[in-house]
Amino acid sequence: MLLIECPYCGVKAEETELSPGYEAHLKRFGPGSTDEEFEAYMFARKNPKGVHFERWRHSYGCGKWFLAARCTATLEVFGTYPAQVGEPPADIIEKIKARRPDWKGYK
Amino acid sequence: MKRYSVFAIAREALRYHTGWERAWRSPEPKKEYDAIIVGAGGHGLATAYYLGKNHGIRNVAIIEKGWLGGGNTGRNTTIIRSNYLQDSSAAIYEKARSLYETMSQDLNYNVMFSPRGVMMLAQTHHEVRGYLRTAHANKLQGVETEFITPQRVKELCPILNIDGPRYPVLGALWQARGGTGRHDAVAWGYARACSDMGMDIIQQCEVKGVRSEGGVVKGVETTKGFIGCKKLGIVVAGHSGQVADMAGFRLPVEAVALQALVSEPIKPCMDIVVMANTVHGYMSQSDKGEMVIGGGTDGFNNYTQRGSFHHIEETLRALIETFPIISRLKMLRQWGGIVDMTGDRSPIISKTPLGNCFINCGWGTGGFKAIPGSGWAMADLMAKGEPGPLAAEFDMWRFKEGRFIDESVAAGVAH
Ligand SMILES: Cc1cc2nc3c(=O)[nH]c(=O)nc-3n(C[C@H](O)[C@H](O)[C@H](O)COP(=O)(O)OP(=O)(O)OC[C@H]3O[C@@H](n4cnc5c(N)ncnc54)[C@H](O)[C@@H]3O)c2cc1C
Repeated sequence: MLLIECPYCGVKAEETELSPGYEAHLKRFGPGSTDEEFEAYMFARKNPKGVHFERWRHSYGCGKWFLAARCTATLEVFGTYPAQVGEPPADIIEKIKARRPDWKGYK
Repeated sequence: MKRYSVFAIAREALRYHTGWERAWRSPEPKKEYDAIIVGAGGHGLATAYYLGKNHGIRNVAIIEKGWLGGGNTGRNTTIIRSNYLQDSSAAIYEKARSLYETMSQDLNYNVMFSPRGVMMLAQTHHEVRGYLRTAHANKLQGVETEFITPQRVKELCPILNIDGPRYPVLGALWQARGGTGRHDAVAWGYARACSDMGMDIIQQCEVKGVRSEGGVVKGVETTKGFIGCKKLGIVVAGHSGQVADMAGFRLPVEAVALQALVSEPIKPCMDIVVMANTVHGYMSQSDKGEMVIGGGTDGFNNYTQRGSFHHIEETLRALIETFPIISRLKMLRQWGGIVDMTGDRSPIISKTPLGNCFINCGWGTGGFKAIPGSGWAMADLMAKGEPGPLAAEFDMWRFKEGRFIDESVAAGVAH
């Protein structure tokens, strides 16, 4: 059972209160983009075994989408942050590095 | 290899079972092979088997990080059916189903294929229309299925509650030739036959890197050192993203957990497989008497081979409504496997950006039924370098080109 803190309402929500939304920080492509770009946006996924940045929705709480950094190999949650950012904020990166010194970083 | 037979059992009974030989060898890796398969699950072993049997390629190693059959092949609920909607799916799943019928004889290993019939309940009008459409498509594809009435559902499975308050049964898609098999035996049978052809199954050996030069694979770095190969087949299910990353390409795949569970054993009460996809649960009874139960996947990227408890709760809630007699059963064991989900819920059997490297993955929640057909198609692809008719449409570039083999909308089911 995952416990994930919603960065908007501050509730430490348990998994049944949340809906998962898969990979975060996808760059969206639309009309005018190449087939490769559109495929990358629609389908190609990092799917890492380790640190993963992902979307969650506090569906049975405040209803807002937010982002989380979580380890897919241990289920450890490193931290959560609001969704209005293009890449993970510095404090989250620091938290991950403290727990995973050999992590290659966000790319 | 000594053949298994009724005479062998009698002979061994007389000498206190001292004469059975090991089913497969456990050799040290050679320096180089004509072909290496990464992953000794059902699909990897079947690929190796048909490389040897259909194409005469026998200098082959199958490299497995754990024990053979210890991945999803040994964790699934063994439903075998071929009533898919799209032509290319029906073709490969039906090829697999028909190979299951003779597998025990082919491999000289009892895989306990039991064509007891698979019933997929229609519990909404949308589902009725969907299954009618599938039944018509299957007619055109030459796959034997029929859409049956609620009365016939009740006859075939008396313990089913067809008048549930939320989702009464409105009909069902029935494939009489579908059924179940013994999952471990499928892996073990192929392993024994591969070993007999002189192939090396190397267990407890993890592939850590793929060495390539100028777009051509030279071999793999493993925990037992570098092993060279002329051709490489990646068949690692949940870990496909990892191994593809080692080979330098990305896949349209995400790894999530799928769970299953079994109850305490009870007397025979159900001799078919029933799937209830609207409420997300399915059930069959094993030869030991346990009710074998599964449901939908957990919803987030996960490599831990364990899932969340509330998904089990959801599955059981659905099944108690469908089969009221199980409400007091105790559940004995629960486990999870990491399944590789693609965007269109169809598998990938494909060439890759590397010339002599091939990939077979994306079977997700439903690849046990496909093992022989998938191995057949993958062996064809690896031997000839080009896909045959079974694999042709399952290439990984279909996502870029919009040629989806859309089974997610068609069925929306877990397996
Ligand atoms: C709970 C559950 C229920 C299911 N129910 C059904 C069902 O009823 N019907 C059905 O048709 N399908 C079902 N499936 C799906 C089915 O189990 C899979 O699609 C199928 O078994 C996949 O077989 P495979 O050989 O591709 O993978 P696996 O059996 O997982 O084999 C892959 C192997 O690769 C190895 N490997 C991974 N990485 C490496 C590496 N780096 N180096 C070396 N080896 C590596 C793994 O250890 C593993 O043994 C179910 C799955 C689950 C989890």
